[in-house]
This record gives sequence, structure tokens and C-alpha cells, in this order.
Amino acid sequence: MDWVNDVIQGILTGGLYALFACGLSLMFGVMKVVNLAHGDLAVVGGYVALGVIAITHVPVLWSFLIVVPIMAVLGYGLQRTLIQAALDRSVLTTLLVTFGLSVVIENALLQFVNADSHSLGVNNSIITASFSLGSQIQIAYLLLLILAVAVVLLLGLQYFLSASKYGRLIRAVADDKEAAQLSGVDYRHVFGIAAAIAVGSVGLAGIAQGLYSQFAPTTGTDTILLFAFAAVVIGGLGSLWGTLVGGIVLGVAQEIGSQINASDGFLAGYIVFLAVLILRPQGLVARGAQS
Amino acid sequence: MTSAQDDAPAGSPLTGDVAGQAVRAQNGTPLLEVRDLTVHHGQLRALDHVSLRVFPGEVYAIIGANGAGKSTLLRTISGLHRATEGSVLFDGKDLTGVRPERRATQGIVMVPEGRRLFGSLTVEENLKVGATYARQGQWTIERVYELFGWMRDRRRQLTAQLSGGEQQSVAIGRALVANPRVLLFDELSLGLAPVVVQRIYAMLPQILATGLTILLVEQDVSQALRVASHIQCLLEGRTTLEGRPADVTPEQVEAAYFGLSSAPAGQTGDEALWTGSTTSSRGS
Repeated sequence: MDWVNDVIQGILTGGLYALFACGLSLMFGVMKVVNLAHGDLAVVGGYVALGVIAITHVPVLWSFLIVVPIMAVLGYGLQRTLIQAALDRSVLTTLLVTFGLSVVIENALLQFVNADSHSLGVNNSIITASFSLGSQIQIAYLLLLILAVAVVLLLGLQYFLSASKYGRLIRAVADDKEAAQLSGVDYRHVFGIAAAIAVGSVGLAGIAQGLYSQFAPTTGTDTILLFAFAAVVIGGLGSLWGTLVGGIVLGVAQEIGSQINASDGFLAGYIVFLAVLILRPQGLVARGAQS
Repeated sequence: MTSAQDDAPAGSPLTGDVAGQAVRAQNGTPLLEVRDLTVHHGQLRALDHVSLRVFPGEVYAIIGANGAGKSTLLRTISGLHRATEGSVLFDGKDLTGVRPERRATQGIVMVPEGRRLFGSLTVEENLKVGATYARQGQWTIERVYELFGWMRDRRRQLTAQLSGGEQQSVAIGRALVANPRVLLFDELSLGLAPVVVQRIYAMLPQILATGLTILLVEQDVSQALRVASHIQCLLEGRTTLEGRPADVTPEQVEAAYFGLSSAPAGQTGDEALWTGSTTSSRGS
């Protein structure tokens, strides 16, 4: 029964990791940008949510209605300026630039906010409540909600990419941006839209992190980016549904690992990550429903 | 197969030819003009002061061997390469500094070498991308399906599942739905069987009939001579021959193409002579 519980808890946590990973995967799939500031942007999303809640007093679960658009605009702006300028030089330059951005964001948060950890919605009953399944299994409403959000996000993205005009342009530009230009497509703008979606989803990830546990200026690199990377690599780079599979595999591995030895959860996750890198470097879901 | 092959070399391309000449004779302003264009790839000079004038309704063919600078010329016209010197004028307006996508929406659309279809998109989606920022005009996706009869039934297939000739047709369709004024073809025949090439070139009259102008680059000289109303030969980035296909002899083309001085001694350096004479005859 413990094992069943581990798998279920792992799947639930996988939803959170998929949320972390979605934007990272999209940015890589479309622009070939490995966004090292990804986790820090999620933390920025968390702080924006804090600010939005403090100012407008919206219920914490609805704060995403304001946070996501703010993050999307930020994503578009970053892509059209900093990241595009780096891309114009070389794809490798984007690594340096996003790494620099990561350092700047972390230090700016330390400077202008503080090093304290923050959570979202501490006194909200939905966030701490859970229900029982049988005698052994406790399911937290929050994790179920996050998993549902991740699935809805991926379904929505899938639909957007396959059926909408901009989705089609995003796929075209990801395939061959020069050919797209020859058809009159301004690929920079399309990249901006893809980045807006990616960073918007990162805002959701930041809120989820704040609800699930807590965030501080360094949470972005030491937790979110690492888990996002592991999920993306396990699932398959650039594959949308791969991020969900990767997130779930990572979550289950961590739960089973900590079942074996309470302190080995993260280790187990990274062992799976390395095993996938060695045995199946293209990821478990290779170029499936990719962007 | 045979019927398509039979159609192709028959009179139809010639009507395009004659029409082009007529237009050239009566219309004084070029639609597309390249002035003294020099382009570098790093240290290498790919184009060296090349000029050309394409008049409305023409089929203008650039021929030349590998590395002559043909593709560079087309890519510079469509904005993918930056010129070191010289300029490209479209409808009298200088295009220097205008991005490729803006040139496309203004009416210069290229079918790139190697087709460059969007591999993860279906046939129809490829056409839809081409039509997204289209100019007003008579070309629609429906019209492309009429031009290429097989395409409608296979519109939901990924382009990777198509043969080379079919992919080339989709690439042409993708360019057509943008309703270009000038259509640039970069090496249409590359990697395709001769029969397929014939069939694709047999479409040109129908395309021209909608009022387009065509500038094409072709390694296959006989093909270019068959369809073109005007040819220009490049060799190592310079113009070595220019004129109407009817006015040039196979020997001249061969000499211009390979840079051989097969011409009698004393006439070396006659590339200037050739260019000069044809240009002056055009001017009159």
C-alpha cells in the first residue's frame, strides 16, 4: 500500500514539475533557447503574485488572472530585447545572457525585497485540505488542483499550437525561421509570442510553488530550474507532453526514493534523470506532440 | 507521365516567352532592378558588381555553374543577405535595409533552394502560413489546389511524406498564395527527376497568366533557355553574358558558363563586349 501511495503522490507532484518545465520546454522547442533564468522568472512570478494580492486583495487562487498577463508581457519584452539580441549573435550567447539574467534577478530580489521565504495563501483551507482514499492514501486538494492546471495548460497549448493562426506560425518558425520570413512572417514577433506564453506559464509555476511550499530569491535556481530541467530531459526536449511524463516520472522516482530512505528522494530523481540521459537521450516522449 | 512530358516542351512556355518580350519592348520601367550589387560571404566576394533589370511579365533566368553567385543574388534580392555595395530597387523604391518579411509582403516572394517546407506542418498548413500575410490578389489556397490537382486530397499529410516534385509544388504553392508581384525561383530543378522538372516548368504559363513576373536561377541551361524571355549568365560573381535566348548561340552560352575562351583568340575579355552590346541593344 505504501508503494501505491508513493506512485500516487509522485504523480501529483509530477503535475507541479510539469508546470515548472512547460515554459522551459517551449522556449527550447521554438527558439532553441535554454533559458537559465527560467526558475528565477518563476520566483518573480511568485513575488508578483504576492504584490498583486497585497494591493488588490484578490483571492490567492485567482491571482493568476493578473499575474499571468504581467509575466506574459515581461516574457515578450525580454524576448524582443535581450534574448533576441543574444540569438542574433549565436545560440550559445543565449546561455550566457540568460545565465546573466538569472544572476541579476536573484541579486535584485535580494537587494530590493529580502532573503526571507514567502508562501502564498497560508490560511486558505483549500490549500491545506486533503481527502482520504482508503485508509492509507491522503490526497491534497492543492496538488490535485496543480496537476489539473498542468494538464489543462498542456491541452490548451496543444490546441493553440495545432489550431490557431499564431500556433501555426510558431510551429513554422520553429521549423525554419528563414523560410517563414520568405512568407512574410516576422519571426521575431512570433518568438515574442512564444516567449510570452512560456513566461506566462512560468508565472503559474511561481504561484504553484508559493502555494505548495515557499519561495525565496534563490529558489529559482536551486529548486525550480533543476526540477524543470530534469523533467524536460526525462520527457524529451521540446516535447510538450513529454514535460508531463517527465514531471511525473521525476515525482514518482523522488517518492519511491524517499520511501527507501527518507533523505534519498532527490537522489533517486537525479539517478532517473542520468539514466535517461545515458539510455535514451532523446527523452521518453521523443518528438511527439512537440511544438 | 508521358503525357505530362509531352505537354511540357510544347509551345506553352514559348507563349510566356513571347509575351515577356512584348512587355519588355513596350514597357520602359523595370519592376525589379539590381544595381551594381556586390555581396561578400566573409572574405569571399560572391557577387561582383552585378546589375539586372526585370520587366513586368518577364521570365528572367540567371544561369551559371555552381558557386557562380546565382543563389546569393536571389537571397540578396529577397533580403536574406546583406549587400556590401549596390542596391536592389523594387518598383523604383530602394530596398536597402528592408527586412525579408517586409519584402515578401511588398511582393517579392522566393521559393528557396531545397524547398524549405515546414516539416512538422501539413501541406495545407504550409499553404496557410504562406497566405497569412498575403497581399490582395487572385491566388488562394483553392486556386493552388486547382493548379496542382493531387494536392487537395493530400492536404492533411505532412510534407515529409511527399516526393521531391510534390514538395517543390507545395513550395511554389506556398509562395503563390502570398500573391507576389515577382516570384523568385531558386534552383527549381535541383534534385528532381527530369520528367518532374518538365512538369513543374509546364506550370509556368498558368502562373504567368495571372500577371506575375518571374526571376529564376537555374543550373540546367537548356531548361532556362526554353522558358526564359531573358537570360543572364554569371561566372564567379560576374555577369558574363546577357540577352534574349533567341539572340545567343550555344557557343556563347557555353563560353560564358564555363569561362572558357573557346572564342577565337583576340576576343578574350569579351564578357564586357557581350554585356555591353546586349545592354545597348536593350536601351534602344
